Amino acid sequence: MPGRAPRIYRTEAVVLKQRRLGEADRIITLYTPQLGKIDAVAKGIRRQTSRKAGHLEQLTLTSLLLAHGQNLDLITQSETVESFLPVREDLQRLASGLYVAELVDRFTELRSENYAVFRLLVETMQRLAVSDTRELAVRYFELHLLSHLGYRPQLRQCVVCRNALEPVANSFSAALGGVVCPECRHANIGLWRLSVPALKVLRLLDRNTFEDAERLRPSTELMTEIETLLRGYVRHLLEKNPRSLDFVEAVRHAGAREPRRTATQTADDDVASVVAPPAGAASQ
Amino acid sequence: MSEAGSLAAAPVARLIDEFHKLPGVGPKTAQRLAYFILRTSADEAHALAQAIIDVKDQITFCSSCQNMTDVDPCSICRSEKRDRTVICVVEEPLDILALERTRFYRGLYHVLHGVISPMDGIGPDDLKVRELIHRLRDGSVREVIMATNPNVEGDATAMYLDRLITPLNVRVTRLARGLAMGADLEYADEVTLTRAIEGRQLV
Repeated sequence: MPGRAPRIYRTEAVVLKQRRLGEADRIITLYTPQLGKIDAVAKGIRRQTSRKAGHLEQLTLTSLLLAHGQNLDLITQSETVESFLPVREDLQRLASGLYVAELVDRFTELRSENYAVFRLLVETMQRLAVSDTRELAVRYFELHLLSHLGYRPQLRQCVVCRNALEPVANSFSAALGGVVCPECRHANIGLWRLSVPALKVLRLLDRNTFEDAERLRPSTELMTEIETLLRGYVRHLLEKNPRSLDFVEAVRHAGAREPRRTATQTADDDVASVVAPPAGAASQ
Repeated sequence: MSEAGSLAAAPVARLIDEFHKLPGVGPKTAQRLAYFILRTSADEAHALAQAIIDVKDQITFCSSCQNMTDVDPCSICRSEKRDRTVICVVEEPLDILALERTRFYRGLYHVLHGVISPMDGIGPDDLKVRELIHRLRDGSVREVIMATNPNVEGDATAMYLDRLITPLNVRVTRLARGLAMGADLEYADEVTLTRAIEGRQLV
């Protein structure tokens, strides 16, 4: 037919989630650079000999060929670009990765293009794979995801009186989307305390690249304050907690995992690795 | 009640609606099934009804391995020939059937009835995890084999259980992964190939 769009198109995408469809198929939710979030069908992916299965696993960055379908598009080919293996092999990194994917899924609409979100998603997965500042990477992601979607918190002036903020303990209002100065505090409810150093860290995360922000190593208390605040802001915007948060909490105190071992090692080695203090216990 | 159902006589309409609730059965299939039942002999219809009643009345979960069974403990758990020092952890009862078909594994099983799925809000408390830990308390089990599916959720479940079980001084292993029979090297993903190279065997 003349003038018709090509039947097939190519894109990269991060796999956000999968759900079962019929006997052997799955609906894959993807985040793409040019189309934003899309749902697509992967036929026969649950069969053992599927050529696509391993390339469409959750949290992988994959290169796809899709065919326009009547309702949902069909994935005809897929090849892994980056599997973020370290994220999949460590419980805490994996929990953070799933949380990141869930936030992107919940905050975005289907077919609403946002290249900045795609880039942030891929960069965050890379940071989770290599960085020893996993918690900071998640905070950076939360703040910038909200910014890219129009919820950037006001961190420079009071959201009520518009006066520049003084270096004193201020408050944060999720409903107003920013910082409230001590003068305006009495007129508002549902405020969270925001210390001077926490505001500084938030501004730093907001204004700088992650590589610059990473050099700063905030104390555990400070990280907890920022986490509570951003989490509260996310909860306010979603009107509920992200589901994967429970799992993030469940694995939080379990400590960092040593690299995968073969089954031939003795059980005693394993006990030692669990009892030893967690290497990356920057959180709480 | 569906539109098609409301046009039929009341008992038939009820049957159509009941069939419609089954997975993969649409309104047309439900009608066809109902009219098939109408045409079969009373004996056959009673046999079907009785089979459904029996399955609900007699099948329970094994108090030990949580598999579906008509006797408690189930036939595998009470078998003398089974190795009681090894437990294989699976997601669903159907996985046991698949593993039993190998006739290779001689240990016991534990069915989780699901898999940790953080994005769906399914956590360890929604699975039969407490029951598994309870079975390991007496120290008779030496090894737990994780046979959860090789995907992100199966991995998350295996890694989480590993954290819980390893301190109990029980060896935790995971089913090997690599190339599937009939698979194509060219289309294998990097994770599978990496594992396949790591777990290579003498020819």
